[in-house]
Amino acid sequence: MKDAFGSPQSLLILGGTSEIALATARRLIARRARTVWLAGRPSPTLEDAAGQLRPLGAEVRTVPFDALDTGGHEEALGKVFAEGDIDVVLLAFGVLGDQERAEAEPAEAVRIAQTNYTGAVSAGLVCARSLRVQGHGSLVVLSSVAGERARRSNFVYGSSKAGLDAFAQGLGDALYGTGVHVMVVRPGFVRTRMTAGLAAAPLATTAEVVAEAVETGLRRRSEVVWVPGALRPVMTVLRHMPRAIFRRLPV
Amino acid sequence: MSSPAGPAGPRAASGRAASGRAASSRTTTPGRTASVTGWGRTAPTTARLVRPGSYDEAASAVRECGPRGGIARGLGRAYGDAAQNAGGVVWDMTGLDRIRRFDAEAGVVECEAGVSLHRLMEVLLPLGWFVPVSPGTRYVTVGGAIGADIHGKNHHVAGSFTRHVRSFELLTADGAVRTVRPGTDLFDATAGGMGLTGVVLAAAVRLVPVQTSLMAVDTERAADLDDLLARLSATDHRYRYSVAWIDLLARGAATGRAVLTRGDHAPLDALPARARRTPLAFRPGRLPPAPRGLPDGLLGRRSVGLFNACWYRRAPRRRTGELQRLSAFFHPLDGVPHWNRVYGRGGFVQYQFVVGHGEEETLRRVVERIAARGCPSFLAVLKRFGAGGSGWLSFPAAGWTLALDIPAGLPGLGAFLDGLDEAVAAAGGRVYLAKDARLRPELVDVMYPRAPEFRELRGRIDPRGVFVSDLSRRLAL
Repeated sequence: MKDAFGSPQSLLILGGTSEIALATARRLIARRARTVWLAGRPSPTLEDAAGQLRPLGAEVRTVPFDALDTGGHEEALGKVFAEGDIDVVLLAFGVLGDQERAEAEPAEAVRIAQTNYTGAVSAGLVCARSLRVQGHGSLVVLSSVAGERARRSNFVYGSSKAGLDAFAQGLGDALYGTGVHVMVVRPGFVRTRMTAGLAAAPLATTAEVVAEAVETGLRRRSEVVWVPGALRPVMTVLRHMPRAIFRRLPV
Repeated sequence: MSSPAGPAGPRAASGRAASGRAASSRTTTPGRTASVTGWGRTAPTTARLVRPGSYDEAASAVRECGPRGGIARGLGRAYGDAAQNAGGVVWDMTGLDRIRRFDAEAGVVECEAGVSLHRLMEVLLPLGWFVPVSPGTRYVTVGGAIGADIHGKNHHVAGSFTRHVRSFELLTADGAVRTVRPGTDLFDATAGGMGLTGVVLAAAVRLVPVQTSLMAVDTERAADLDDLLARLSATDHRYRYSVAWIDLLARGAATGRAVLTRGDHAPLDALPARARRTPLAFRPGRLPPAPRGLPDGLLGRRSVGLFNACWYRRAPRRRTGELQRLSAFFHPLDGVPHWNRVYGRGGFVQYQFVVGHGEEETLRRVVERIAARGCPSFLAVLKRFGAGGSGWLSFPAAGWTLALDIPAGLPGLGAFLDGLDEAVAAAGGRVYLAKDARLRPELVDVMYPRAPEFRELRGRIDPRGVFVSDLSRRLAL
């Protein structure tokens, strides 16, 4: 159960190698989390991630999970929920992809869209059903500011996050009153492996800062969290900017 | 011998009971789904609310509760998650609200578990009887009073609530109703057992006789914590009721300054002639309820600091024999319905702990840490407890108890309170489960050494785990 400050005792991370997710896990283990599930494609990286969390004082287990294998979600995640209540599910998987390649090879664009959107829709709904039965719990969905308004430079990724963001908001409304809380997190540019080699955008942030924002959001039961918070007014302006101008912006 | 407060009497008058009856006609339905929190309004979870109106309905509700179990709930005054059950059933016990019998010779009332202490006062005060233990609110049920083994300002002389319980009827997981008497394991597990051994359906409680419904109150100020502890140690035994309001925002030399209010029921001859005509009138005042949707930051360090300073200076340095209404002395906050809303949407947590005599140094360190941290608390109360009761998870124990309220949104509060827990546990103390919403489960067995026995008994009488609450899940009880 979460305590009065929204600190969970059990945590399920979908995308168990995500740096943001692992930073969040470290913070939550420092508070109350004692059971952590890392779901992801079986790999040494996933086992390493689990190995790094264990000494912090949690029982960490890995579970094979592939966002693209939507048919297997039910079984993979059902096993986790069968072992006990999950207080927080962190939906953290996603790929940035290569925009140029995606434009040239539609199959690559489909892979991005299916991972970030279709996979998340499937996993999100599977988790939502189990959380609903529990009557409590939070589903934290890592969206992105890129989904707020698609940009020329990465609209394939951006559109997949836009879909995910809209889906998560709708799911939150659908689950209102069931005891389940859905929180959409919209980080800006986060310096991680995923963005290594890219030039940092203004208001760039780190996985640690996102993790802190997630913890605060859980305490406040926020529905949308921007990281950093200054992105909210910035994106409000950008969102309403006329196309002709937006197109020419160097973003 | 039965008083006029027979089975029919008490149900007729109260608006509370009347609205209750309208609702109880719905109890045959499977209940409605509702979001439930404790009085602190943190950590809401959703459960099916079922309101049994009779023993049969209660028994079938327990039999049909489903895989996520159920927990009894009274008037929802537990601050944390004790009367919540995510995904399961919450039994609203206020439908069992009959006062069955009152034996005026022995001073024993037999009533159902959903009867509130307010109701008992309404009915029995005019007859010259008062509840043996009254917490800071009258709006708790008899069932809840047993489940939390509540205490009041008279703990140093009268002990906790279950000391005055002659017997109670307990609906256990097998659907049977057992009469439970003091001196048995089931009694001691249920006294303070947070409803996890079964559902209390009715109880026989010994009352105390009073001549009037007024209190004769002595008020005095204590300049700092040393002064306060000295005054409480020296003269507490002279009073039946004793408590100190403490200003936890005062720092430096004034750290722990307090206002002591101590007293007893006023004898008839203490009343002025006019009041002597209706010496047992029970007329609690009531202000308008606190509005909904108040902002979170209303009770900050500055506003509460100002309030506390005024409250301290307003109190007389020393005044004796002031006559106060019962409600003003025992339940000042009950005058403002829904006062918990003043903390805003984020809600608040109550932190109450006890440390033994001889642990004054721990108490001082905790008070200093709270003052240094600047926790905006205006309801902080310090009291000297008498000896503890027999309940395995019963909170009170001989020593000092401090209770304070803090807005839940205060940054870093979780870690801060964890630090206080460590100090309290190291001193052999404990925190109060009825107020808890955040304790670390590892500390339960340290603070409550009989918790393993409690679990073992639960495993024996409730092998399917029918009785479950968010608190029992969180603390692995």
